[in-house]
Amino acid sequence: MLLSMQGISKSFAGIAALQSASLEIGESEIMALVGQNGAGKSTLIKILTGAYQRDEGTIRFQGKDVSFSSPAESQAAGIATIYQEINLAPQRSVAENIYLSREPRRFGLLDRKAMREGAAKVLKVFNLDIDVDLPVARFNAATRQMVSIARAVTQNARLLIMDEPTSSLDEREVEILFRTIRTLKQNGVAVVFIGHRLDELYAICDRVTIMRDGHTVAVSAMNDMPKMELVRHMLGRELAAFQALARDAGSDDARPVRLELKNAGSGLRVRDVDLSIRQGEISGLAGLLGSGRTETARIIFGVDRLERGSLHFNGSERNYAEPAAAIADGIGLVSEDRKVDGIIPDMSIRENMTLALLPKLKKAGIVDRARQDEIVSRFIRSLGVKCASPDQPIKELSGGNQQKVLLARWLCTDPSVLIVDEPTRGIDIGAKSEILKLLRSLADEGLSVLMISSELEELLAAADRVTVLSDGMSVAVLPRQQLSEQNLLAAMAHQIDGASGELA
Amino acid sequence: MSAFFKSFAPKSSGDLARIGVLIALAALILFGALRYDNFLSPFNILSFLRYNSMFALIALGMALVIMTGGIDLSVGAVAALASVVSALLSPISWYAGLAGGIGAGLMVGLLNGLVITRLRIQPFIATLAAMLAANGTALLLANNQSVSVSYDTGFTVIGQDDFLGFPIPAWIALAAYILGWLFLERSPSGRHVLAIGDGEQTAALMGLKVERTLLGVYAVSGLLAGLAGVILAAQFGAGQPTEGVGWELFAIASVVVGGTLLTGGSGSVGATLAGALLLGMVFNVLNFENGLGWISLSAYWQSVIRGLFLLVVVVLQARLTSKSTA
Repeated sequence: MLLSMQGISKSFAGIAALQSASLEIGESEIMALVGQNGAGKSTLIKILTGAYQRDEGTIRFQGKDVSFSSPAESQAAGIATIYQEINLAPQRSVAENIYLSREPRRFGLLDRKAMREGAAKVLKVFNLDIDVDLPVARFNAATRQMVSIARAVTQNARLLIMDEPTSSLDEREVEILFRTIRTLKQNGVAVVFIGHRLDELYAICDRVTIMRDGHTVAVSAMNDMPKMELVRHMLGRELAAFQALARDAGSDDARPVRLELKNAGSGLRVRDVDLSIRQGEISGLAGLLGSGRTETARIIFGVDRLERGSLHFNGSERNYAEPAAAIADGIGLVSEDRKVDGIIPDMSIRENMTLALLPKLKKAGIVDRARQDEIVSRFIRSLGVKCASPDQPIKELSGGNQQKVLLARWLCTDPSVLIVDEPTRGIDIGAKSEILKLLRSLADEGLSVLMISSELEELLAAADRVTVLSDGMSVAVLPRQQLSEQNLLAAMAHQIDGASGELA
Repeated sequence: MSAFFKSFAPKSSGDLARIGVLIALAALILFGALRYDNFLSPFNILSFLRYNSMFALIALGMALVIMTGGIDLSVGAVAALASVVSALLSPISWYAGLAGGIGAGLMVGLLNGLVITRLRIQPFIATLAAMLAANGTALLLANNQSVSVSYDTGFTVIGQDDFLGFPIPAWIALAAYILGWLFLERSPSGRHVLAIGDGEQTAALMGLKVERTLLGVYAVSGLLAGLAGVILAAQFGAGQPTEGVGWELFAIASVVVGGTLLTGGSGSVGATLAGALLLGMVFNVLNFENGLGWISLSAYWQSVIRGLFLLVVVVLQARLTSKSTA
């Protein structure tokens, strides 16, 4: 056993991120490490590399108990990590990036010739012939990744951790990467491969470790773990008892289609998505992390340009160049990460709520305070926002109440389509069902909701229909009658035949 | 393109800006030489070098700081403080004056570095505080007036004498730039300075000792500002607690004109020297223009013209840079 992490626990500000998690990796083994957002993968890795310190547990590496206090220490011991983006110093040359912190020296000064030749030599092993004097920013993502790997190789790494290494690569580049990983394996290097694209995991990994909610929930040889079983482990099965909120099926197909994507594509993440949202329904969008859900929402909202296929709004073709254009059509987006691009923490509830409405609230160039007050208090009442006053800073509210304010931000603009990305993330169970109920009643009033969710129980409880994405493609549309845990899991594991909803 | 020519091709947008500053400097020298009689006279050249060495030294330290993505606003006040300390110590011996001035600068620099790395205070704020404190200390030590240096211990040689026909301050600046170039281009630590400016988090993940490097860079900036203060006192025969106002901006301007990005991660020692010389040269040309008697520019107008010139150079560089990356 090359590495054995046992009983690892870690809390942040009293909230447990890891609870007795474990990870074991054999010599020259390629281990898949999977789990949803927040499952604890990256915390576990950061504890291994010394970026975080564990609260409890033991780590044995190459037969010795270890405890790294910094990434520099774990690197020196032979553990190299390749993060998704922040790997290299972009303005420094390829050769420098490979050797930073371990530069070859002559008489105390840099040995630039040795550096250049060494870099070219190690890149040649991976069939890469580039000018090593150019800054890495000049190269594409795949080449930069090779440079990162080359850096790890020159560090004599025994264990290489790759965090979603294929996320910015196209198919041909993924093939090159896999060849590289196999070369590493032959040279006695073990790899931890963190990823979400199941096909890739099955193609390259020997074993898989699955994490959920800070626990290691399953470890298995890759071939002994059916895809569906893997997805089930990742998502968990403890379905919370949500009241079934969806309306009776049947009348749905009669409703007019508000918004429709056909063969939509943009960049690498969205490849071929069919999706329709009808008037007055909650249309669910499911898929594993990295399947292109958020990216699809970004196309609809005009953040990313539609590059292939078509987008229709109320029957007429659209290609929104910017969110303002989508907003003008009455489309709203409540984003996945409230803290990053949702709330403005120090601003009041009033200001946060009317941010999108301000242009319409102007009277002679000045905000019409009376109308603002009227709108704010109306939504505080109708959505049941629990707060001391509209002037309270939003950061003082609970997650659920913050989310209500964000919903109100769009609702007060009177939208026709509202996209909610993980609407209940990070809020407690009681508030969750309240938010779902709220979305349901809005839909009943005619609003079209696109609900992106990783939580099966949410989709089962609230959605009228669920489109399932896998690897940037819509692989199934499950109408209300076919909506079950079993079918959703199967579709997410991509075991469904085409988009017809038939199980393979 | 053959490999030979390729080796001369600019590899980054910064290279273009650096070529730009050299062209501007050459053009300005040519302009001065053609227009004014004594522009290339030994007297003008030597006094130009003697005076501008101080700014060149400060600009060098500033360049290293800016390459890490930081800023050092305290250098002007530190130079003033160092000039006072060295003037006060100059009666003991010339090297007491020298060591005292450098030591004072080094201490403020180390303090800056510690506050920035240990207390995690933004460089802008940390060095702004240091600027105010150094300024106050200088005034306190000097009793709010200039402090005469001793002419008996040979201290003034540092600022006023020549060696092999060149002013000693120019030799000091030249030595500092050669060391600075060796450090930045040829030593591992120098490359770490640039890598840290490219992204502190990345640099830390790559195993670089970020805190130690930053501490060193601010210490060097303080030390060089101290050295400039010593030269100031020795050159003008007095420690000047009220001098140094705005020097930090002059240094920042030199660095920026030299093509170093304020965001860090790129830059060159040689182009910083060219930037400092360019800004000094603008000043010199304006003096000559006044001397011609056609027009009479007050110090205020000179300042306005320098500002405009700086703007033009920076805009030109931005144009060059954006074209090369487009």
